[in-house]
Amino acid sequence: MTEATQDLAGGVSPSELGPASPRVVAGFGFWLFLLSDIVMFSAFFAAYTVLSGATAGGADGAQLFHRDRVLIETGCLLTSSFTCGLLSLAFERRDAVWTYLWGAATFSLGVAFLSIEVIEFTGMISQGAGPSRSAFLSAFFTLVGAHGAHVGLGLIWLVVMMAQVATLGFPPMVMRRLLCCSLFWHALDIVWIGVFTVVYLGVRR
Amino acid sequence: MLGKLTWAAIPLNQPIPMAASVLVIIAVALALALVTWGRHWPYLWDEWITSTDHKRIGVMYVLLALVMLMRGFVDALMMRSQQALAAGDAQGYLPPEHYDQIFSAHGAIMIFFVAMTFVIGLMNFVLPLQLGVRDVAFPVLNSVSFWLTASGVLLVNVSLVIGEFAKTGWLAYPPLSEIAYSPGVGVDYYLWALQISGVGTLLTGINLVTTILKLRAPGMGYMRMPIFCWTALASNLLIIAAFPILTATFAMLLLDRYLGFHFFTNDGGGNAMMYINLIWAWGHPEVYILILPAFGVFSEVIATFSGKPIFGYRSMVIATMAICVLSFMVWLHHFFTMGAGADVNGFFGIMTMIIAVPTGVKIFNWLFTMFRGEIRFPTPMLWALGFMATFVIGGMTGVLLAIPPADFVLHNSLFLVAHFHNVVIGGVLFGAFAGYNYWFPKAFGFTLDDRLGKAAFWCWLIGFYLAFMPLYALGLMGMTRRMNHYADAGWRPLLIVALVGALVILAGIVLTVAQLVVSIRGRESRRDLTGDPWNGRTLEWSTVSPPLAWNFARLPKVEGADAYWTMKRDGGAVESAAYEDISAPRNSPLGFVTAFFTAMMGFALVWHIWWLASVAIIGIVVALLAFAWRVESETTIPAALLARADQDRAAPVKRA
Repeated sequence: MTEATQDLAGGVSPSELGPASPRVVAGFGFWLFLLSDIVMFSAFFAAYTVLSGATAGGADGAQLFHRDRVLIETGCLLTSSFTCGLLSLAFERRDAVWTYLWGAATFSLGVAFLSIEVIEFTGMISQGAGPSRSAFLSAFFTLVGAHGAHVGLGLIWLVVMMAQVATLGFPPMVMRRLLCCSLFWHALDIVWIGVFTVVYLGVRR
Repeated sequence: MLGKLTWAAIPLNQPIPMAASVLVIIAVALALALVTWGRHWPYLWDEWITSTDHKRIGVMYVLLALVMLMRGFVDALMMRSQQALAAGDAQGYLPPEHYDQIFSAHGAIMIFFVAMTFVIGLMNFVLPLQLGVRDVAFPVLNSVSFWLTASGVLLVNVSLVIGEFAKTGWLAYPPLSEIAYSPGVGVDYYLWALQISGVGTLLTGINLVTTILKLRAPGMGYMRMPIFCWTALASNLLIIAAFPILTATFAMLLLDRYLGFHFFTNDGGGNAMMYINLIWAWGHPEVYILILPAFGVFSEVIATFSGKPIFGYRSMVIATMAICVLSFMVWLHHFFTMGAGADVNGFFGIMTMIIAVPTGVKIFNWLFTMFRGEIRFPTPMLWALGFMATFVIGGMTGVLLAIPPADFVLHNSLFLVAHFHNVVIGGVLFGAFAGYNYWFPKAFGFTLDDRLGKAAFWCWLIGFYLAFMPLYALGLMGMTRRMNHYADAGWRPLLIVALVGALVILAGIVLTVAQLVVSIRGRESRRDLTGDPWNGRTLEWSTVSPPLAWNFARLPKVEGADAYWTMKRDGGAVESAAYEDISAPRNSPLGFVTAFFTAMMGFALVWHIWWLASVAIIGIVVALLAFAWRVESETTIPAALLARADQDRAAPVKRA
């Protein structure tokens, strides 16, 4: 044991302090889950990168993507991350009213994001550029759709958490879940930064 | 209404699958009848099915693994006997489409439902005890993980009776596994079974890493953890990093098969080699997910039965973590023949050889641990010694295969088959049996019969060499894997030797069962009242056997490596002062219920019964919501009860 680590906790190394609190355990476990989720996305990113040129004679990204619309979409999601941060501050204060308000703001922005994505997807499918048209489109719909599905799940989770606050208040169990829910929402933002960069900015023109 | 499911799905015209199905159905019905007859359902439901106790869940995992070992081994016997017969003009007794299902099922079952299940069971049982804590980080999640694994097992076994299994090999390479070439339900059974159990495994990985990193007894710093905890940490980190790749890869293949996507198809710009790359980016770490916990078992067993601390603890930890990292840099050696070019192949060949270095460090550490130790030779130690000799051979043939030019000659031959059985049987399976014999008395409070255990070991060891050494030779002679029939009758004598080896292993399995039965029947005379039958070194031996629900009434205070050994040497356990009330998780049916609906969903998706799949998904959501509103999730165990249990325990120890 080095002296530096001993000083941190009054003579005892932090690794020897005994079991961590339930809140730390829950948060840490959820971080590991998020990491595993990001690994799953990285496999979809890899597939997209390999297949992005495999258009099989169909349309490519430059013809199909509308960057302006995606920019608005990105704005919605990033703003929702900010309101989600404010949501965390509210529930840390055990302030039910602001928890609902910031929860509603986050939810609305998430719905706006998803709606734009659905418009994009239906537009592409109606042009005959659906996921079964080419390997490029299969990879596109899977990567972006997997992110969208996560946002959808996040929205449902958000509603469930608001219902939990309404019925149960803020016991430790609910606080832990609120923490995990907000971590989940921020993680979706990180993944979206990757999607925006690789898929939309990475278009070959 | 029932999608693709018709009466034609039941293989009435094929005698072998039909007989097997009838046998399985009779066995299951008999077991259910016995439980009902003896009115054991309340006991099973309260004490096992809904249990969130890591020890109970660990025992159920190991039991599941042993049962599936029988299933996978029957497949092996069928393959060995078919190959012993089907030379030249003889065609054997298995038609090709059935033979292909057998080798696919054998591989998938042995890796996912025997090896994985066994090592996860051991880690589940042992980790909290070795770390000196009361349970894993997320006990209910642990139950969910187990039951999801059981769902996967159920789907694989249902495929025996209703429909068919994949005929595509254990990794279901496209384009063969695409809908165009495998239009049946076999690949779908494979994909959904492994997708479901894979989620269970991922949740276990998260659970156990959190347990190791965040829940340890006071004083249990990282460099005081038993080696088994370190290898389990490495293994579970690999689960977290690798299993999501498997999930994503299978998801892509499922999208290809169900919705006409073009990830791996021949048309539409798909790229089948991407599947091979992705699946091995999971598959190679998977090999280490299996072997690292086995290395941990051997470290514990060898240290205990040599009466010495493990030699080179630090180098052991570094070697373990080095393997953990390096295991992600070698995947391409599974397909050198892809045509990636000499530079790429050279890189992966060299990385593969480098990974042999930390493994060699471990071998030498075990040898030096034994050097000048007071060595005892009970059954677990025999497995460890058999492992060291066998695994070195398997490792060396692995390094041989890591040389790309040699691999071009030997890939997909029986030489490869011999190599990976050499390391998986000689490493993982021997480790699993060493751990089973070593920790059984801790789990049940009585020891296993040593004579039968040793007899089983010798049958396995000799049977292994008889069964697989001929395959090395056959591989060098040019025999490829997965052959239902071969023209060259000159191969036959060696294949008959291999069949004899498989029969000797069968004797080993029979002896393992006999050992269990004999030990259970004689349990009263085999009771271990000390809790420490082997003179162990780590904290699991400081508890009563079997440990009480809370493992430790007071958390032990760890003063150094080999915590229990230090306590025994210094006279008496050092425990944190007073008894305190502890909160323990209550039982939860969540795992069983969600897994029930998940299995239903998997079956419905295999057969395209969309309404049933929707019902199942609604069932899962309702179960999760009901769980979310369960406020009384914990129960309090009062300090007085803990103190009384400790006093009761002190008495029999003195008698012994």
